[in-house]
Amino acid sequence: MALSILIFLLLFIKLGKDRSNESILNFINIALLINLGTGLYSNETGILFNGMFNTNALIVFEKDLLNLAALIISMQSYAWLRNSKHVIEFYLLILTSLLGMFFMISSGNLLMFYLGLEMSTIPLAAAANFDLTKRKSSEAAMKLILSSAFSSAILLLGISFLYGTTGTITFSILTAHINGNPLQLFAFILLISGFAFKISAVPFHLWTADVYEGSPVAVTSFLSVISKAAVLFTLVNILYKVFTPIASTWYLVLVVLAAATILIGNLFAIRQDNFKRFLAFSSIAQVGFILIGISGSSQSGSASLIYFILIYIFSNLAAFGVVSVVSALADKENISDFKGFYKTNPILSWVLTIALFSLAGVPPTAGFFGKLFLMMAGAAKGNYGLITFAALNMVISFYYYLRVVKAIFMDENPTPIQKIQVPTISKIAMYICVVGVIVTGLASVVYNYIYSISIGL
Amino acid sequence: MQEIPLSQILFVSTFLFFIGMYGLLTRRNLITMLMSIELMLNSVNINFVAFNKYLFPDNLDGLFFTLFIITIAAAEAAVAIAIIINLYRSHNSIDVDDANEMKY
Repeated sequence: MALSILIFLLLFIKLGKDRSNESILNFINIALLINLGTGLYSNETGILFNGMFNTNALIVFEKDLLNLAALIISMQSYAWLRNSKHVIEFYLLILTSLLGMFFMISSGNLLMFYLGLEMSTIPLAAAANFDLTKRKSSEAAMKLILSSAFSSAILLLGISFLYGTTGTITFSILTAHINGNPLQLFAFILLISGFAFKISAVPFHLWTADVYEGSPVAVTSFLSVISKAAVLFTLVNILYKVFTPIASTWYLVLVVLAAATILIGNLFAIRQDNFKRFLAFSSIAQVGFILIGISGSSQSGSASLIYFILIYIFSNLAAFGVVSVVSALADKENISDFKGFYKTNPILSWVLTIALFSLAGVPPTAGFFGKLFLMMAGAAKGNYGLITFAALNMVISFYYYLRVVKAIFMDENPTPIQKIQVPTISKIAMYICVVGVIVTGLASVVYNYIYSISIGL
Repeated sequence: MQEIPLSQILFVSTFLFFIGMYGLLTRRNLITMLMSIELMLNSVNINFVAFNKYLFPDNLDGLFFTLFIITIAAAEAAVAIAIIINLYRSHNSIDVDDANEMKY
């Protein structure tokens, strides 16, 4: 609710007289903070519109996570947006998309789900084109809109077959009608490939790297964290609540997807030099680990997913935050440019290093615990071959994460990036991320809370 | 007059869907690719309407779904065409093969 009020408020400001960018940005950040605060204090269970829109403690918590991530991204992109002419348009697109994701997470009906999904992807495609003059940016937007339209057409075909075989589009009635006949299985496969497009699981990941590289950094971090998280929450919701009668089938699908995603994501991440492309493939690999957690299909499966997303928000956004200020203020985006980064920017280097350690899963940081819980949830099914495979792939992932750390601390560079003056507000965002990375791992309260509100199969 | 069986309507819609998919994968002109996607969405519309009329005539879920798909397809086409126009400004072409700066 609060978010839609914010969008209308922005529209009014847009129509009103010109203001300086700094004051608008400060205002928006405060408004997003208020939005997060109201989200934390509202904790209702309810159903609206004849079951189309429902909410409970779990859904509110998931939305809070997305709000938090949106706030951090907004604070981090301060340096980039300060010089942009279209600040309000940027926030309109991003917040509309966020609102769409909220509808999608709360949906209790395939129609609502589809509307939320489209409402979240169409504005994002426009936002990917935000650097209107850059060739890469328009190429990225074109790839995003075409592949997302294609994937939603596939998803819709799945939904139509599902409707044809069951006669309903409401989740709660749908479960009783699913019996696993061939047409329903086909519909399910189409539906899951639509999902896999959005979370960029491996056979459907080809758009990811290009879109991430071409879009502005703020949009890239939004795509890689918020939109992925929202679709994953919905995926768990649908798999655990609607497709329970064919659980053994989707377990196999998830296993294959997870194994392929981890392997391909890792192998391609090794050979990247552009930082955003590198983070794109690393995020593909992370999705593979998340899918292992989901395949556990137990209460700990969905709890570990949400916990990992929380950690992923902190660690990925810390990395993107550093990349964002470096790209906005020094115009460098390649890993080789980061050689000797520690000599000139020690604090940024440490932030980036902690983020990468957390993404890789080095024990003191939260990323280790996140992956541990995902693996344990997956191992509950007794499929130890998959778990071993994933653990071995974690070793591969160490190589490319630590390669960046080596470039930052050890490699010599005659012309390192100069000292960067980070705006205070972005600095605060980075500190929030780093504290989050360290504290979420050690404070068991967080996991216990998530476990207590999450659902099992 | 004899009624057309459901299976034939489904055949048409499936055929249309795969014509759309074939067009999307083989055509290199962005506008044509967009049209192919519209073809796929319309085949889904036929599916919904046919299922609703033949199998579940007592509720209107399928018809509502069709209405929303049409609306969203229009919105999607609007954004996509805006993006294509911008792409044309920077690349001077709407051929996908010319938009190839990022690879691997």
